[in-house]
Amino acid sequence: MRTPTTLDRREVLPQLIPNQQDYLVITGLAGPARDAAALTEDGSNLFTMAGCMGAATSMGLGIAMSMPERKIIVITGDGELLMNIGSLATVATIAPQNLSIICIDNGCHGETGGQTGHTSHNTNLEMIASGAGLASTMTIETEDDLATGAKFLNESPGPRFIQLRVKNGPPSVYKRSLDMVECRLRFRNALMHSDGP
Amino acid sequence: MISTQSDDWSKQMFDDFIAAGITLFPYVPDAGNKGLINHVEAHNDARSILLTTEEEGIALCAGADLAGKRAVMCMQSSGVGNIPNFLTFAKGGRFPLLMMISMRGDFGEQNPWQYPMGQAVVPILKAMGVLLFTVDHRDDLASAITAALSSTFKVGNASAIILSQRFLGAKQF
Repeated sequence: MRTPTTLDRREVLPQLIPNQQDYLVITGLAGPARDAAALTEDGSNLFTMAGCMGAATSMGLGIAMSMPERKIIVITGDGELLMNIGSLATVATIAPQNLSIICIDNGCHGETGGQTGHTSHNTNLEMIASGAGLASTMTIETEDDLATGAKFLNESPGPRFIQLRVKNGPPSVYKRSLDMVECRLRFRNALMHSDGP
Repeated sequence: MISTQSDDWSKQMFDDFIAAGITLFPYVPDAGNKGLINHVEAHNDARSILLTTEEEGIALCAGADLAGKRAVMCMQSSGVGNIPNFLTFAKGGRFPLLMMISMRGDFGEQNPWQYPMGQAVVPILKAMGVLLFTVDHRDDLASAITAALSSTFKVGNASAIILSQRFLGAKQF
């Protein structure tokens, strides 16, 4: 059964990724997209989704393979990740050093009414990621873990996976663009016109 | 080992893809793409990516496009049933997307399990706005590849090269 955690999802990402501008950030739909939009102020280094549930990890892998000189973070949720859980095996086989996956695990489907998810029962996502073969994995569930997590992102061998356990509660409020065409061009144009960090 | 005949067409396809700047080849293993993937794995600048489901490959192709790279999703026709929701990237987001689809459940199929999905491939892809470039005969191949590459990377469409069982031959049961 799920042990309690007090972490508020709206407060954790800035502590975990203080250097967000150094990353290209891909998110799945719903809460993680909102939290990442707040983190980056819906920046041009961010591509969020509002559909295609299950796509985030694979999209991040495609970017990581295409730009090995850049650091990529995928921010997904427990429901989104489980919908394409096999993508972790694909990531493990390719083993990109520049890819990190953060799964914001609230143990429920917050976007659709808070229905209980598998991680509130017997499913452990960090063990799945480790078993899939990702090089480095950790679970964050306390304030103290966040500083360790920031160091983990910077120093541990990739690909990395963080199960970020948060209490059930609303995601960040930030109005992001849902225009897919615009978001694609924004991301591509920013890359084309930057020399990268 | 791949057969001489398979090697012939898959080598042409591989060379055309490489000439078009494609470097990433996500695939779900199928007899129809085995020769192509063998060529990829023998090439220094091309990468094959073994997937667990075709959905992953569509998202990976979209990610490559965000980074300015080109990819082709290599899959069997049954996998078309796994990807319609992810074709949102193409139909809604104008991500260019190229698929190489080896057919089951069409001409000469002997496995009854393959027919329902095989016969639904064309309507499903059309419903999600994918342009189809079908190869029934060896002579169709080069022009179909050229047209699909233009449709995808010059224009920005989602495009599928459909290798029919008339071209590939039907598996014997």
